[in-house]
Amino acid sequence: MAVMRMMGARVKRAEDPRLITGQATYVDDVRLVDLLYAVVARSPIAHGRIKRIDTAAARAAPGVVAVYTAQDLRFAGPLPNAWSLSGVHISRSDPLCTDKVRMVGDPIALVVAESRYAARDAADLIDADYEELPAVVDVERALEPGAPTIWDNAPGNQAYRVEVGDKGETDAAFRKAHTTVSLRLVNQRLIPNPMETRGVVAQWEPGPQQLTVWSSSQLSHLLRTNLAAILELPEHRVRVIVPEVGGGFGCKLNVYGEEALVARASMLLKRPVKWIEDRRESFTATIHGRGQVDYVELAVDAAGKILGLRCKIIADLGAYARINTEVVPTLSNLVLSGSYDIPAIYSELIAAYTTLPPTDAYRGAGRPEGVHLVERIVDAAAREIGMDPAEFRRTNFVAKDKFPFTTKTGVTYDSGDYEPALDLALEMADYPRLREAQRRINAGGQKLMGIGLTSYIELSGFSPSGAGGGIGWESSTVRFEPSGKVTVLTGISPHGQGQETTFAQIVGDELGVPFDDIVVVHGDTARVPYGMGTYGSRGTAVGGGALMKATDRVREKAKRIAAHLLEASAEDILFDQGRLSVKGAPDRVVTIQEVALTAYLRADKLPQEIEPGLEATATFEPTNFTWPFGTYIAVVEIDRETGDVTLQRLIAVDDCGRIISPLLVAGQVHGGAVQGIGQALYEGAQFDENGQLLTGTLMDYALPLAAGLPRFELGHTETPSPVNPLGVKGIGEAGTIAATPAVANAVVDALAHLGVKDIDMPITSEKVWRILQGGTTQ
Amino acid sequence: MERSIEMTVNGARGHREVEPRLLLVHFLRDTLGLTGTHIGCDTSQCGACTVAVDGEIVKSCTVFAVQADGADVLTVEGLAKDDQLHPLQAGFWEEHGLQCGFCTPGMLMAAWGLLKHHPNPDEATIREGLGGNLCRCTGYEHIVNAVQHAAQRHRPEHYGVEGDTAARVVREAERYGLESGAAAGGTRLADRAEREG
Repeated sequence: MAVMRMMGARVKRAEDPRLITGQATYVDDVRLVDLLYAVVARSPIAHGRIKRIDTAAARAAPGVVAVYTAQDLRFAGPLPNAWSLSGVHISRSDPLCTDKVRMVGDPIALVVAESRYAARDAADLIDADYEELPAVVDVERALEPGAPTIWDNAPGNQAYRVEVGDKGETDAAFRKAHTTVSLRLVNQRLIPNPMETRGVVAQWEPGPQQLTVWSSSQLSHLLRTNLAAILELPEHRVRVIVPEVGGGFGCKLNVYGEEALVARASMLLKRPVKWIEDRRESFTATIHGRGQVDYVELAVDAAGKILGLRCKIIADLGAYARINTEVVPTLSNLVLSGSYDIPAIYSELIAAYTTLPPTDAYRGAGRPEGVHLVERIVDAAAREIGMDPAEFRRTNFVAKDKFPFTTKTGVTYDSGDYEPALDLALEMADYPRLREAQRRINAGGQKLMGIGLTSYIELSGFSPSGAGGGIGWESSTVRFEPSGKVTVLTGISPHGQGQETTFAQIVGDELGVPFDDIVVVHGDTARVPYGMGTYGSRGTAVGGGALMKATDRVREKAKRIAAHLLEASAEDILFDQGRLSVKGAPDRVVTIQEVALTAYLRADKLPQEIEPGLEATATFEPTNFTWPFGTYIAVVEIDRETGDVTLQRLIAVDDCGRIISPLLVAGQVHGGAVQGIGQALYEGAQFDENGQLLTGTLMDYALPLAAGLPRFELGHTETPSPVNPLGVKGIGEAGTIAATPAVANAVVDALAHLGVKDIDMPITSEKVWRILQGGTTQ
Repeated sequence: MERSIEMTVNGARGHREVEPRLLLVHFLRDTLGLTGTHIGCDTSQCGACTVAVDGEIVKSCTVFAVQADGADVLTVEGLAKDDQLHPLQAGFWEEHGLQCGFCTPGMLMAAWGLLKHHPNPDEATIREGLGGNLCRCTGYEHIVNAVQHAAQRHRPEHYGVEGDTAARVVREAERYGLESGAAAGGTRLADRAEREG
């Protein structure tokens, strides 16, 4: 009987039975005896000195157990900023503000009570006085002379300035250009909004001196290391459990003040404490994404060859540097060559503080901004010289024989073959006929059609430790139990990505074990060896690398045991789908399950030189990032009368290297693309001049809904990555990176005849309507 | 201060003393320990808390527990019968209709309400019908597929709870002197039910 290989097959997820029956445990589902509830009181103003916080009424409220302000709680220092760039001003936040607030939503007090409702009631009784200071809500104004100072040690509000590429070379390329184009692009702030907000439960056990923290996080071990340091506890006295996590998208890739606050409260009160962020709170207390103003120019010759790219990136860091706040904009610099062989690149990146919530990693984290500016200016150049945008891209692609390709921004693409992905997308779109239809429709009538392309690259598989702050590697343990069941431990922290399934597929094939006999465990520092968590499309690319190494070691040991049992040499043992046989003697065979049983419970049969047990732990350090790529084509229709933009088609051709789970890859592309479409058409944080968030609830901040989206058209090319054992590249962020500029390019394409070169995102019907009425084009 | 309410939840009837302001979702989650129903927002936008009250779906963050006094409530935990997944649950599993799973209980219940009234919906009806529920992971397409999967296996008994939520919610709101969004929503539901006969 043929055994189906699991890798590459359409597999139903191992995670789902508990999730579809309501039996999963998210952090708010953790129930403990004597549990207390915490609510954080927050600043209603964006910028000011704290004059007085009166907690007396809150302390006296029914059910209240404790109220803490900054002076009541001892921490070793402010919250961590793991990847601080040299030269960056100190702008770390304390778990509770001490003397100043720098954003609406800054935490000023913690109320702990016997119930959720009592804690919330009491938090409303906290009375704080501030000496109000002017808010700084516009990143370009923050850098102007005379702007209010947010950090005393950062006069002028500049956090840092870095240059990438060669300015002289790039200026020279612009001097000899046939045509140059320029754009100012606002990459607006986004609010990540995973459907589950953040939440923490902490339980201090005074007897064993043990702190257990449940947190809705993308990290477990790094959170534990940092919490131990902040709380001045020995690290081995801290256990972090990441339970089921209801989405993260980067915003849970951090160490937040509430994690330290709730833990400290539990230690002081000797009772477990729970804090669950409410949605309104989440809009400011959790990080934001994006937030750049980008000035970009492209120089091309008469044949449409790109000669140089020059840009100035102004990044809005917000009020504080959280873990990745400063790093994220620098990732934009790394993707500025896009899919193109650009002979000269220069970028100046200036990062500045504002009195807004910190920006940090949000799906794509810096790469969407970089790819957006490249793909938008490429379209502008093609239009300027009258070349089809598809042909312009093809003309400038990095040639297939140039990989590994080192860009002028100093990074090296692992592998790539960009034309087949473009060709497939054009074929799926039936591009020539689509353009013909566009000409017909736009010639008159009620509608305008626009076609937008993006040929993206991204850097994924975070990361070689040398490029990732020393922490890019990943771990895995593969353990046979005596009964032949397999437990896999992984240091990644999936929260929807589905590696309980993907990793079981891999182990099933590699060890010849049925899918249902494999359980993948993650997110508990007491069970899983040290690992880095899930972010930057690294789960399968890096975590899978560690898994493959551990699996190889288990198989090799099984071969040695089988060789002994079968009285053959290990080199003569054939391993085929869980059966170990002697080369040339297929009837001399043992199963991997028999080997496992022997390894544990018949150790008397093992020779002296083989240790009992059948498990292996491995770590994997990638040699480079992976570089997924592809081409997206968006087709939009605009109603000339109302300005309504309808996304009619989205063709998504992704090359994410080898595909393990096609169904899960499709899910990642869909979800990623919709977040990208969200940025283009719906989402955007809006503040008033006082730093108040005007889009502070889900009534005011528009997230994409099921209606209004087309059925997506997916295609793939498969170019294996040479930098990990599986040849995978990662697919978690591709859709988000590619869809935004594809949709924006499509809208500009529809309106180009009116002289439109850009339109601020989110592209609402009102903005389009104003343009159609002859108003402003920017 | 506390009031005694009686409720049937997933077929089990019981009574509890509750604060009048206790939300139905907190009653289900904290009082009864049925944590399958989730809370994703505070403004009734996200739909993660969707349950059926007397056979009509409501957002349980917008209903007080006292308004559901006497009601028959169905939550995600009550969908599977005798260890047999409900066709919607099977559809979500088969079609990869979930990733992080947080919106899923609400999506399942919203889809339950949709298929109850529209056993054979076209794609646009499904997408409109899920308009009160947000998912941030899937991009919705696989959710649409999951609902279609369930619709193809439709049997009325999979959607059978008798009652009339709309009228009940309005009645209970009046009884307790409450003005709530749910009451307004209930009125709309009642209007719609009347229109559709």
